[in-house]
Amino acid sequence: MSNVNYGTIIKNGIFGENPVFRLALSLCPAVAVTSGVKNGFLMGVAVLFVMTMVNATVSLLRKFINPKVRIPSYMFIIATWVTVTDLVMAAYARDVYKQMGLYIMLIVAFAIVLSRAEMFASKNKLLPSIVDGAAMGMGFLLALVLLGIFREFLGKGSLWGYQILVSDGKAIKPLLIMILPTGGFFAMGLMMGWLNWIDRKFFGGSGGGGGAHH
Amino acid sequence: MHINWEHVVTIFIASALINNFVFSRYLGLCIFFGVTKKMETAVGMSFTFTAVMLIGAALNWVIYEYVMIPFHLGFLKIVIFIGVVAAFVQAADTIMKKVTPALYYKLGIYLALIVTNCIILAVPLINAEEHYGLFESMSLALGSGLGFSLALIIMASIREKLELADVPRSFQGLPISFVLTGLIALAFLGFSGMITL
Repeated sequence: MSNVNYGTIIKNGIFGENPVFRLALSLCPAVAVTSGVKNGFLMGVAVLFVMTMVNATVSLLRKFINPKVRIPSYMFIIATWVTVTDLVMAAYARDVYKQMGLYIMLIVAFAIVLSRAEMFASKNKLLPSIVDGAAMGMGFLLALVLLGIFREFLGKGSLWGYQILVSDGKAIKPLLIMILPTGGFFAMGLMMGWLNWIDRKFFGGSGGGGGAHH
Repeated sequence: MHINWEHVVTIFIASALINNFVFSRYLGLCIFFGVTKKMETAVGMSFTFTAVMLIGAALNWVIYEYVMIPFHLGFLKIVIFIGVVAAFVQAADTIMKKVTPALYYKLGIYLALIVTNCIILAVPLINAEEHYGLFESMSLALGSGLGFSLALIIMASIREKLELADVPRSFQGLPISFVLTGLIALAFLGFSGMITL
């Protein structure tokens, strides 16, 4: 590819193939850490960083990796960058890390990271690969923040820790269920159904009706 | 070596029901939604998963305890655990193909899916984090494996019925499955507080 259209790559990563809502990949953290906007945002940033760096590394090394051992090689590249992220977060974001350290480490098992390395970065030059990784990571980040807003607002009546829903100067009693595991699944299902509806109504997509794919 | 059996049993029950991987830790969702369309695949996956989890946890425990701790390599645990699991699964794949071809054709396809799965990796990571002994690690692995099997089988039996239901078009497929999982998670919430670790 000599002529790479960056606009298309970015649009594809954020909307067309949004990792969470469209491809339904890497769902575990999307449900697990989105009980608050802040956690969702930090997780998204971690994934954004890992995806960008993995795509860059894979792209730089694409001429040196023997196709026969490419998957194990990618796994080790991913594991290395996840370790970097993990150690940085453990050092600088102590309280957040205590809640979601396990999920940070499990970025290594994200299908989306491996699939972008395999499908895009292993065939493209450095710059397009970086843009692709960043766009996909951005799509993931947006999905997480969206879910976080939805759940934290309903479940705690706050956003980013600031109380928004108040009556007579006191915090109102929120829908506690939205920040529990149950709420995570509900929010995800409702959000997906809603996006399918929008897609069908306004963009003429096939939205919905498709089987579950993973 | 002194073994606290009470703790071992507690970990087993907690990991199977209270901290069920799917319903309260949200792990393994890709597999959970991917293989629960048919009961048969769900059962095959449950067996394979529980076995790989047990053996993987044992291997990783030995390596963590006798190689990584003495040499202060704890910070490399992500890289090493994923390497060990991938190597073991690859070996199991090859050995099964040679030794028991019949079993291989039944379960082989699931093995390939397992390598990069988060719950297989989560078990040794939790073990390392909590500094569990061998028996405690095994009990966590077995409990998690059975808990995951339970989740798969519950979900598969509901989804087979769901095929006949009239679901709004936007919610067909994955969205309704999520809502359904939410309802099961609500039921599992009843277990919380049964045991405090």
